[in-house]
Amino acid sequence: MTELLMGNEAIALGAIKAGVRVVSGYPGTPSTEVLETIARRNPGNIYVEWSVNEKAGLEVAAGAAYTGVRSLVTMKQVGLNVASDPLMSLNYIGIKGGMVVFVADDPGPISSQTEQDTRHFGKFAKIPVFDPSSPEEAYEMIGEAFEYSEKYGTPVLFRATTRVCHACVSIEVSEVPEPKPVEGFIKDNKWVIFPRLSYQNKIKIEAREGLLSEDFSGYQRNELIGTGRIGIACGGISYAYVAEALEGHEDIFTVMKIATPFPFPERLAARFIHQVDQIIAFEELDSVIEDALIYICGKNKLTIDILGKRTSTVPNAGELSSMIIAEILDKTFGFQLSVPYSQYPDRPLTMVRPPVLCAGCPHRASFYAVKQAMKGGKAVFCGDIGCYTLGNAAPLDMVDTCLCMGAGITIAQGLWHAEKDSVNFAFVGDSTFFASGITGVINAVYNQTDMILIVLDNATTAMTGHQPHPGIGKTMMGEISQKIGIRAILEAIGLSYIKELDPLDLKKSIETVREAALLGGVRAIIYKSPCVAIMKNEKHKSVNKDKCIGCKKCMKELGCPAISFHAGKAEIERGLCNGCGLCNQVCPTACITDADSTEVAK
Amino acid sequence: MKSCLICGVGGQGIVLASRIIAAAAIEKGYMARTAETIGMAQRGGCVVSHVRFGDKVSSPMIPFGKADVMIGFEPGEIVRNLHYLKKDGVVIVCKKDIQPVTASLSGTDYTGKVMLEYLKKNITKCYIIDGEKICEECGSPKVLNVALVGAMAKCQALDLTVSDIDKVLKQKIKPQFLGMNRKALELGAQCE
Repeated sequence: MTELLMGNEAIALGAIKAGVRVVSGYPGTPSTEVLETIARRNPGNIYVEWSVNEKAGLEVAAGAAYTGVRSLVTMKQVGLNVASDPLMSLNYIGIKGGMVVFVADDPGPISSQTEQDTRHFGKFAKIPVFDPSSPEEAYEMIGEAFEYSEKYGTPVLFRATTRVCHACVSIEVSEVPEPKPVEGFIKDNKWVIFPRLSYQNKIKIEAREGLLSEDFSGYQRNELIGTGRIGIACGGISYAYVAEALEGHEDIFTVMKIATPFPFPERLAARFIHQVDQIIAFEELDSVIEDALIYICGKNKLTIDILGKRTSTVPNAGELSSMIIAEILDKTFGFQLSVPYSQYPDRPLTMVRPPVLCAGCPHRASFYAVKQAMKGGKAVFCGDIGCYTLGNAAPLDMVDTCLCMGAGITIAQGLWHAEKDSVNFAFVGDSTFFASGITGVINAVYNQTDMILIVLDNATTAMTGHQPHPGIGKTMMGEISQKIGIRAILEAIGLSYIKELDPLDLKKSIETVREAALLGGVRAIIYKSPCVAIMKNEKHKSVNKDKCIGCKKCMKELGCPAISFHAGKAEIERGLCNGCGLCNQVCPTACITDADSTEVAK
Repeated sequence: MKSCLICGVGGQGIVLASRIIAAAAIEKGYMARTAETIGMAQRGGCVVSHVRFGDKVSSPMIPFGKADVMIGFEPGEIVRNLHYLKKDGVVIVCKKDIQPVTASLSGTDYTGKVMLEYLKKNITKCYIIDGEKICEECGSPKVLNVALVGAMAKCQALDLTVSDIDKVLKQKIKPQFLGMNRKALELGAQCE
């Protein structure tokens, strides 16, 4: 049947069709929906888990693949950094059942820390990389990735980018075939990594690279399209942009579409180089295809102009588009492919509209309490990855540093060792705490650091769409598991000052921070309040206009998107307010009450 | 090929609007592609969805100057993205503005009126929809997306009729909300 599927859903259904049996991963935009879709569409024989982090996920998938079943692990590009330790050894050990490491890259970046290019990781780990150009291609390609993985006994990377992951297309979904029998785990020294084994396997891996390059030169998704004299090299979503940019003028060009950027299909590329007079490479993130062509020219003593990022012809940061490609081709070759458009130069200026913490978000209350408590004192607020990175924005302005998952906790320690007159705070969400915060806390206690850990426990992984985690007691298989308590972990680590409280009680929250600030050692405050996006509060607040003195304190202190000012009085947008009541605790006349009670009072 | 750009503020139901249009196009036998904003940008930030359909669609992203129709859930967001509109393209825009926190904080007056006046003056085929009123009549702010899609279908700019949209609502909307959404579609389609 035909379904409108998002790229990530297509990848999930393609993996189910390919007979995947164990799926693990850690949420991260734009990768999250692959694992969620497999859990939702599970035919019943697939084990699916959100792992505690990407390293755990990759190892779970590897163990499963040792038995001969097909396994999949999913993550975003920066997650692969966390999982790189097992990956860089697993490449030497290999697998028995097909194993695909799905990694979503994020050109732009749209919702990531970096523009990291996972294709390099394939080259670094010496494992094949697949790069789909559309959701429908991804649906088929994921099955082929499993085939290649088994054929060469190696895990493979399947990297897609945001505009493939989060694009929808109508796809004909086929039946899931009967599962194949699996041999099981057979004990053998080949599963135990030792220097001697690694030496022997390195020789095999190097030899395999040439075989794979040759194999990929015949792979149907690596293609030369057209016979024109201008060569365009591209891969992934750039191929879709190129196809649109060239519409109606295809005869001028030969397009080389690269579906396996590593090992590079050298024989195909050499044919391409011979067929054209000059080459321009269009790819997002880094110049992987372009560099491979330059290498092949050097190796084969070929002379041809290769334009791309290295020649500053193509931008080296941000997304491409069919329009950017058409404009570059026009500028470089004097074509008229691009369509003129009006910029409406006289249009009124629009305000910037950055993402903000939701109305009623408990993180706002937590940040505000710490800010108030530390007013006038020297303090550094180390942030982390999650919704609460948005605490950076005015008026809260409570994220002084943010680096990567879990880093806030350890950055705070480094700051303190170098500069001891400041109170250093580390804010971490519950899911991030489990993913990579715990080791940082142990490090702090062991090394006798002074810091205050603020755990923002909203009982979910909010930013990526509310995935469960070890503190919630629910698994992706729908089972109830033991809840792992953050407080219990901190106690076991040896923290003596641990307070758990509701951040929406502003007075008590401020007092607790003040108390903690006077102590030494590692102190922890766990602010517990559920994410408003999942725990909708039916109550909302409204302003008693007679009592409102128009001081704007509620808005200027909190920056809540539900509050605005009209005719000098505060107004609360009914549809947005979640009734947290923080604004009333800030209001000098306490004029904000439950909406219904004010209505009755009128 | 037809291209429709939908823009507004995170949380307004824009992704569902693009899915409904794409589903209706598929139902009519076209190939459809969408591209959506998901993740960080959803938290009250600007959101843009691209929908394209036809016999063949290469890329999900609409180039500047190529949108046949733009549906704006907020006046300023339409103006922000106006360079996507093709010459003589249609604009459907919800009248009600949404104050960005940045405007409230800086004390800058942001009003949708200025945006709407600019649109009326510069876009020949601009339809301003009182979405707030329709939502009130239907009893939920969540139906704004379907109301605007209804207005789009009424203008006949995309080769999708109101009944084409109505046919796919069942697939895309939970049964308990279907009634109010069908009403919103109808009211949206009555807009002048």
